[in-house]
Amino acid sequence: MLDRINKAQGVIDAACETLGRQINIMEVCGTHTVSIFRNGIRSILPKNLKLLSGPGCPVCVTDQGYIDAVLRLADRDDCIIATYGDMIRVPGKDGSLETKQAKANIRIILSSEDALQLAKDNPEKTVIFVAVGFETTAPATAVVVKEAAEGAIDNICILSGHKLVVPAMRALLSEKNHNINAFLCPGHVSAIIGYGAFGGIVEDFDRPCVVAGFEPVQIIEGLCEICRQLSAGKAELKSIYSAVVTEKGNIAAQKIVDECFEPADGYWRGLGKIGKSTLKLKDKYDRFDAFGRFGISDEPGEEIKGCRCGEVLCGLIDPTECGLFGRDCTPQEPVGPCMVSSEGACAAWYKFGREKRR
Amino acid sequence: MDDLIRQHILPSLKNDALDELGDSARLKLASGSLCFTTDSYVVKPLFFNGGDIGKLAVCGTVNDLAVAGSKPVALALSLIIEDGLEMELLDKILASIGQTARKTGIDIVTGDTKTVETGAADRIFINTAGIGVRPAGVDLGFEKIAVGDKIIINGTIGDHGMTIISQREEMKFQSQLKSDCASLAGLIRELLENTDGIKFMRDPTRGGLAATLNEIARSTAMSVKIRETDIPVRPAVQTAADMLGFDVLTIANEGKFVAVVSPEFADDCLRICRNNKLGKDAKIIGEVVETLDVPLVEIETQIGGKRIVQMPYGRELPRIC
Amino acid sequence: MCLAIPARIIELDDDKAVVDAMGNRFKAKTTLLPEAKLGDLVLIHAGFAISLVDEEEGKKTWQLISEINEFMDTQNRLSG
Repeated sequence: MLDRINKAQGVIDAACETLGRQINIMEVCGTHTVSIFRNGIRSILPKNLKLLSGPGCPVCVTDQGYIDAVLRLADRDDCIIATYGDMIRVPGKDGSLETKQAKANIRIILSSEDALQLAKDNPEKTVIFVAVGFETTAPATAVVVKEAAEGAIDNICILSGHKLVVPAMRALLSEKNHNINAFLCPGHVSAIIGYGAFGGIVEDFDRPCVVAGFEPVQIIEGLCEICRQLSAGKAELKSIYSAVVTEKGNIAAQKIVDECFEPADGYWRGLGKIGKSTLKLKDKYDRFDAFGRFGISDEPGEEIKGCRCGEVLCGLIDPTECGLFGRDCTPQEPVGPCMVSSEGACAAWYKFGREKRR
Repeated sequence: MDDLIRQHILPSLKNDALDELGDSARLKLASGSLCFTTDSYVVKPLFFNGGDIGKLAVCGTVNDLAVAGSKPVALALSLIIEDGLEMELLDKILASIGQTARKTGIDIVTGDTKTVETGAADRIFINTAGIGVRPAGVDLGFEKIAVGDKIIINGTIGDHGMTIISQREEMKFQSQLKSDCASLAGLIRELLENTDGIKFMRDPTRGGLAATLNEIARSTAMSVKIRETDIPVRPAVQTAADMLGFDVLTIANEGKFVAVVSPEFADDCLRICRNNKLGKDAKIIGEVVETLDVPLVEIETQIGGKRIVQMPYGRELPRIC
Repeated sequence: MCLAIPARIIELDDDKAVVDAMGNRFKAKTTLLPEAKLGDLVLIHAGFAISLVDEEEGKKTWQLISEINEFMDTQNRLSG
């Protein structure tokens, strides 16, 4: 494995030297953010190659309005909140799910199926599934919606916070002040949607898109392929994650998502409103839609003063450039979601980086 | 209560000092400096693959005494029992305590039991205090540590914590994971009697290896460098941690010690460890280095990169020991 | 959030599976991967198999995959 890494490193070094200028490669998956930090990948890259962390952390890009809505629902006696672990510490106006855990009925689940089981086991309560995640996770939610419909299980509803990666990437590239030269594309999202889904970005924006997995060799070889393309003046679509990714992706999973959800306009923290970038339950399943059932608006909430998560998410600043980083905003007392989520750039920087305090 | 003591506790923990049933135990101690420790055990579930709360209570306390360089001599045992705890279960735990104590060569010389109403405790909580005698010439402490010292661990990390996690209701999964819960007194005595150069020892329980190494950095104002490829981890433990999103460096161990050793004695120590059942996977995982700006623990990753190992923070998994 | 690891299907009943990752056995569903069979190596995410894992490519991608095969062989020898 080390041989492959040294070889790839050699190519990266040579390419970056030829290019001379600053190269910015953005990854758009929180799992890439964490793996890059955990493996110390930045420390073995040339000085003029910068890795940007993009809006790939589903918890981080969840709008404040959604978070506050979840917290309000948590106060209800007749509900059980079923959530993936990531969301539990995100702060809202009124504490977090974690601070409410003692009094409220909040359960951390590992699978959407657990939420369905909770509904079956607690017929007198309504289970609200906090369905946050990208295209990798949406199919799991869709399966449960179908199962609930087929099994006539009425006491479960979905608060869909599912988002789509490609529209966000396009939105970033449409900003005048962006500095992105290429994308390291998410491996497991691609397992579902197929690497072909990124073809439009290559064509329309002339940026290399390389799909890679999360093992360190995958990431380094992915960066190597990008650097090779950039130094040859090319912009191509490629996947090096052949173990699990195909061009068309998982058709069965795409079908189930299509059956239950449709793309809708939605708010992303830091990026604002992005067209057709979130998943909304289709009318035929609207009885499972928590937004409708509980009269929750999908308008954006208030951002927290001083919090620059938005700019961090767009790769415009490093976490250390935020005034709150390491002082008012720490993992023990986070202000913004980028510090709370284990996949947030700020949390990763704080945990694995050297300059954790200004 | 008298019944509980005479019919359930004494039979399992029998020894001269305890049999007196005095308010305090009277001990005759060899001369030397004393080490004194206390700990509480609230582990959930009570029984797990590789141990139980009783075994944990004895080993945990014995290990705290052993890593301080002392020979564990006596334990005090205090039980807080929730009303309604099945007698069968209590007997099992007491038997385990007695067995573990005998195997380790330590006596439970005094104790206390309290019963609280249902709901006021979760089945059983155990508190211990332990006394050890440190022989002359054995002097371990942070102040002894110097730049260049090697860091040794006696075996694989993460086994205890991941085993507990695998048996928790919320995450239950079938596995061959096994807690490493064990008394290190014998192995540590072998080391201290047969080699010089051991400067400091600690057992990486809550917070795992990451916590212990950070404590060393903080207390010495020196830095620590370790190598990922040298840290022994069972593949099953690593995979379980990956599956659930945990970092093995922060997972609790109950049969491991970290030793800081003079470089010239490091190989000797390894050899002694590896000849012992509890040290066969021992490894030198890094060394103490100069601090550049702030004392840090840095790891060289499997691909040759560098990153910081922070003191674990945030949501720790509760009731792991 | 895209945490997913390769595991082998060791039990399969309709779309309910038990998968093994280095001896750790988890329940998972194959609803999203109807073509999955007993013995297949699959990628598990949030309790679902989301993709088949090509064995050869898998060995090149995950260091532990080749160890999984060795591990299973050892287990078979110990119990067989």
